[in-house]
Parts: sequence; C-alpha cells; structure tokens
Amino acid sequence: MSILLDLFLTFFKIGLFTIGGGYAMLPMIRQEVLAHGWMSLEEIVNFIAVSESTPGVFAVNISTYVGAETAGLPGAICCTLGVTLPSFIIISILAGGYEAFQESTIVKGIMSGLRPAVVGLIGAALFSVVKTVFLPNGLEINPGQFGVSLLVAVLALLIRFRKKVHPIVVILMAAAIGITAGYLGLLG
Amino acid sequence: MADMENENRVWKLFVTFFKIGAFTFGGGYAMIPLIKEEVVTRQHWLEDQDILDIIAIAESTPGPIAVNTATFVGKKTAGMAGAAAATGGVILPAFIIIYCLSFVLRQFEELAVVKYAFVGIRAAVLVLIFQGLLSMYKTCPKGKMEYLLMAFAFVVTAFFDLNILAVILVCALTGLLVNGRKQS
Repeated sequence: MSILLDLFLTFFKIGLFTIGGGYAMLPMIRQEVLAHGWMSLEEIVNFIAVSESTPGVFAVNISTYVGAETAGLPGAICCTLGVTLPSFIIISILAGGYEAFQESTIVKGIMSGLRPAVVGLIGAALFSVVKTVFLPNGLEINPGQFGVSLLVAVLALLIRFRKKVHPIVVILMAAAIGITAGYLGLLG
Repeated sequence: MADMENENRVWKLFVTFFKIGAFTFGGGYAMIPLIKEEVVTRQHWLEDQDILDIIAIAESTPGPIAVNTATFVGKKTAGMAGAAAATGGVILPAFIIIYCLSFVLRQFEELAVVKYAFVGIRAAVLVLIFQGLLSMYKTCPKGKMEYLLMAFAFVVTAFFDLNILAVILVCALTGLLVNGRKQS
C-alpha cells in the first residue's frame, strides 16, 4: 500500500474511533504509530510537550507532525485530512437533526460503554508513558534520570494541583531542571 | 443579494475560526469560551443554548472536539460551505505551525541541551496526561458496569496490548446491551 494511503487510512480510523476531548486520542495514536514504526513512544511524549506549547489541538498537531516526518507535505496533508474527515462528515449530517440523535437510547447506551472505556484506555497509555519515563531501558535503572523524572513529576503535580498554572510554565520548569541536571553530569 | 451575504458569512467563518485555532493552546475545551465570545457575543450567529448543544454533540461523536465544534457552527451558520470554511480555518494555524516546526524539531533533538531538557519535560507531560485522565474519570458516570469496563480496557491494553478498536467495540456493545433499551 502506498505510504500516503496508509497514513490517510490510519488517521481516518483514529479520527473515526476516538470519542472525547483532551488526550482521548492518545491511546489509539500510540498503538497505531508504534505499530507502523512512524515514531517511538519517547518521541510521541516529546511531541505532546511541543503540542501543549503551540497553538491548535493535539489531534491536528500530532497528525501533521507524523505525516510531515513520514512523507513530507503530502503526508502532512493526508494525515490531517484523515483525522478531520470523519468528524466533518458525521457532524455535517447530524447538524440538521441532532435532537433525535441526542435523545436516542441507542446512542446513550453506546456512550455509557464508551466513556469508561476511554478512561481505561488513557490509563493504559499513561501506564506505558510511565514506563518510558522512569524505565527507558527496561529494568536497568539510570539513577540520575530516574531521580530527575521523579523530582519533576512531584513538582509538576504539586504546582498543577495547587494553582491553575498553564502547562507551558510546567514544561519550562521541567526543561530547566533537566538541563541543569544534564550539565551537572547527573544524567549519565 | 442572499448569495453575497452567504459568501460574506463563509469568509467571516473562516477568519473567525482561523483566529480561534491560532490562539488556543491545548485542547478543544480551551476553545469553547473563545468560540462563545466570537460566535454568540460578537457575530450573533448562534445563541448560548446552541453552544451547550454543540458541546454535548461534540462529546458524543467521534473526532476532536475543536473540529466537531467548528463543523457544527459552520453548518448551522452557512451550510456546507460554512462547515468547510470553519473546519479549514480551525485546523490551518496548527497545520502551518507544526509543518514548519517539523523541519527544525529533528535537528534540535540532536542537541545535548535539548536532550537534557526533554528528560525533564517527559516527566511533566506524564503529569499532564495524568490530569487529563483524572478529569475524564471525574466526569464519567460511575457504577458496577463502568468500573468493570474501565478495568477491562486498562488491563487488556496495558498488559496484552489488545487492539484498541476491538476494546472500543466491546465496550460500546456492552453499553448498548446494558443501557440501550432502558427508557430514561
């Protein structure tokens, strides 16, 4: 299959089967992108930071990036179109008679199963991110990296739950800690 | 006359959603207040109640909330042309910015200072995802079936890397069988 078609179809599938906002798309992106070998999990996590620090939504940002990295401008266009088209088609159809859709017991039933599914799926994605962050080389622990990650995670948790600080601030703080540790020779 | 008015609206939709796309950082929810301000308060295209409907629809249909909302507002305001204009507008800023960034990101990643920075940054992203998970957990209804499905989705994906599409279909079907016929 041509790479462009593969990119388009993969992101069409991701767009079609992701329900909900925020990181709801992450589980499927992780699984598909890793399976195709388009990016590593570490690169995906790095890119989430880039996405949080640039305008636009995660879905479009990561689609554009994966496409551009894999097949240049045509790739970027294919991925972005792919991820957008399912919403575009479905909402265009629904915009006329959404009251019936909203009241439908079938839709309500399906949603009642999907919402907890998304929670479990993001939990699983988070689990794999925890593994890459704390144990990037399997069970061979790098104490410096482990310590820095732990420090940043605890600080970020404290800051984000105490006050409503913008993610960019937390990312900048984390970068500063990482750079300091790196130049002190702590990261090995 | 009516044609020109519609054309004018389509163009305005594009510009409005381009602006929204360019100034929203993070997720689609961050976009809602901006959309309300532009579409309800300034342009009078829709009313407050419409925005609430849009959020409900965007949440229960596939795809990114931002794209869903843009398409919905566009379609309601100026038909298919409006839907295309608003959707194109909302994704274009992100597309342009990330496409340009893709040329430099790889080169930056090779720098020692950037590598160090990202060791810290990845731990911060972990916390951001954790918070996303938490807010989703909070808004999810809770009961026996919900906890079971959460655990099922988590375990089969985290430990057996089962195909996510299969997990989604199983959970949707379960929801349909359990709650699909109840009169509410």
